[in-house]
Amino acid sequence: MLNVIVSRLKQGHRTMVYPSGPAPELPDRFRGRPSIDPEKCLTGCRLCSDVCPGKAIVVADMVRIDMGRCLFCTECSTACPQQAISFTNEYRLAARNRQDLIVVPGKQEALPAARLDDRLLGMFGKSLKLRQVSAAGCNACEADTNVLGTIGWDLSRFGIQFVASPRHADGVLITGPVSRNMRLGLEKTFLAVPEPKIVIAVGACAIAGGPYADHAEVENGADNIVRVNLYVPGCPPHPLTILDGLLRLLNRI
Amino acid sequence: MNHEKLRMVTLVNGQSVELDAIALLAPDAFQTVVADAVDVGQRVASLFAAPARQRGVTQLFAVLVNTQLSRLHIVRTEIHGGQYPSLTNRCPQVHLFEREIAEQYGIKPVGHPWFKPVRYHESWTGRDAWDRPAGEPILPGVCDFYRVEGDEVHEVAVGPVHAGIIEPGHFRFQCHGELVFHLEIALGFQHRGVEGALIGGPDARSIHYAETLAGDTTIAHTTAYCRVIEALSKCRKTARAQTLRGIALELERMANHVGDLGALAGDIGFLPTMSYCGRIRGDFLNMTALLCGNRFGRGMVCPGGVGFDMDDARVEKLLRQLDAAEKDATVAIELLWDTPSAMARFENIGRLPKQVALDLGMVGPAARAAGVEVDTRNDQPSGVFRFTHIPVSTYDTGDVFGRAYVRWLEIQHSIQFIREQLHTIPSGDILNRAGSLLPNRIAVSLDEGWRGEVCHVAITDDDGRFMRYKVVDPSFHNWPGLAYALRNQQISDFPLCNKSFNLSYCGHDL
Ligand code: SF4
Ligand code: SF4
Repeated sequence: MLNVIVSRLKQGHRTMVYPSGPAPELPDRFRGRPSIDPEKCLTGCRLCSDVCPGKAIVVADMVRIDMGRCLFCTECSTACPQQAISFTNEYRLAARNRQDLIVVPGKQEALPAARLDDRLLGMFGKSLKLRQVSAAGCNACEADTNVLGTIGWDLSRFGIQFVASPRHADGVLITGPVSRNMRLGLEKTFLAVPEPKIVIAVGACAIAGGPYADHAEVENGADNIVRVNLYVPGCPPHPLTILDGLLRLLNRI
Repeated sequence: MNHEKLRMVTLVNGQSVELDAIALLAPDAFQTVVADAVDVGQRVASLFAAPARQRGVTQLFAVLVNTQLSRLHIVRTEIHGGQYPSLTNRCPQVHLFEREIAEQYGIKPVGHPWFKPVRYHESWTGRDAWDRPAGEPILPGVCDFYRVEGDEVHEVAVGPVHAGIIEPGHFRFQCHGELVFHLEIALGFQHRGVEGALIGGPDARSIHYAETLAGDTTIAHTTAYCRVIEALSKCRKTARAQTLRGIALELERMANHVGDLGALAGDIGFLPTMSYCGRIRGDFLNMTALLCGNRFGRGMVCPGGVGFDMDDARVEKLLRQLDAAEKDATVAIELLWDTPSAMARFENIGRLPKQVALDLGMVGPAARAAGVEVDTRNDQPSGVFRFTHIPVSTYDTGDVFGRAYVRWLEIQHSIQFIREQLHTIPSGDILNRAGSLLPNRIAVSLDEGWRGEVCHVAITDDDGRFMRYKVVDPSFHNWPGLAYALRNQQISDFPLCNKSFNLSYCGHDL
């Protein structure tokens, strides 16, 4: 017992001050929101879209990067002879609308909307219980969702908790591209959650299939099965990106 | 027999040879070579099928690990038609490989004792080993399960969706009261078609498949993938890149091991260690992010070297963070060993005898905890591990405690390794671009991931594209070990036993 107390003293208090204080420091090599410089991009060369593993770049009248498909590998920025594409340290990427994940050249980046509608906010704003379903995720999105429960992040201080039964849940947090073999499991879990309910898609896989997009074995993300209320881009998203999304969804920051 | 032995091709880890150098054995000679090798202590790292030039013919390849010689042996044979006599009865460790071959290529291992699908998908050849009607949906986990009959026997089914944030799998227990007679595990829910999609590569996606084969094992799998590419393109890595890869690999091991020890403490309700370790795991992930910007090492390892260099400031910061994490981890984890009530829940639970671990061909900490001295870093060293020696951490109880304790030993060795390496990083470049792949060759690459041996094999076609790419995650070897360890245990100890193995679902399901 004494050991436990001594260890407790040695470990100290480690829950971060965010969001009432500054966000935890991100590594200098962190790759957040992409940015496209319209002055530099010679639209039409397609070198960026040719190398993109996520099929995230469309080159038409201008270059557009779909953060929902992006793996944040930076192959595009390496391939660009003009250095038109760069990755900023902006970690706030989550959005309510799928369209808001599309990055276009030069546009001043306003934070995409994430807030729930008033009715749902009234119900879930102070207490949100989620059932997590991994549907062929690689366990990185799962792990960095799970980490929010540890003492550093302490998700439960916001009234957000992961629960064991869908019957106790207000919504489902989905990771993975939704394999054909998990489709039924996801559908049944979703059905078991009482109405009204919300869906959060975490990671490139859950948004659009990620590295496995267009494989016959997957359903290209949660969107094709259920209606998604919040998209959190990344492969995997940083825990701070997920937390920021959840807090903005609940209008807590 | 000796004659056949001479016809085995012998390689070192990370080498490639011409496909033609591997003599074709007759099917029965192939089986004799594999079974005899296992009898004398070798292990089957991989057994897989690949197309042959002739229609209707399938090749089988076996990769054997020879620990004594620190060498790998490859043998192959050809199967004409849709079946061959199963090897499983003679050599139990190939049981899952034979099921996988059947599922992918529609070839029946006649006489296989428990012939079921592995991942529940259609075959790649249009031929079905279970004679299921074409077009009929294949439902995961829907099949016969081993059953114990009797008035007081009951069956418990769990999953695919579990209570926590965890990947899906289905577990069937045959119980008598609280006592488990038998556990059968059905996986395949995470199947996303990675091996099939690698055929025809390498392309823009290939490395991302490698990085996400098991997302918590990014460094080990990606290093194995890159070493295959390097072997097939005769690309030399720089010493600096090798060292940085080794550091990243050990950071990955520590993050996961610390996380597992915390989760084990959580499963027995010992909250101090659980809380501390949950956070310290994050500290190790953040060290990986310091190297490459991503907590799981995405982008760190790439063909020809590494994607991110090290500088003095980073070395210093890493050393500081390492010191702090070591201090915290020591307090948190030693608390576990010093608490008798915690130890009582670890000892003698989920025992796996050494002989069973050997028979099943198990790898990694689960095997080492049962006294099997197997560690790729030591037995088949590659990269920086050719020049530094990390002791093999073993224990002899094969129980939950053994699996936990081996992790702690490994954490300590890894910290020491990284500290030494950080002081002696060779100078030079970090990347030599790998060119195109040589045609008609085979390359094998092993790595000691935190769960154990990661094995990648690639075979190129006439154009230097992947004709076949075979991945074996350590979990593929070890899931049956978990099932075995549950025998005669209380069903309530399942979460604890499961966590003590902490195997990958996506790495198994591919
Ligand atoms: S960073 Fe995103 S957009 Fe750029 S190549 Fe990679 S996946 Fe494509
Ligand atoms: S988005 Fe990336 S990290 Fe997340 S599950 Fe998919 S592959 Fe893994």
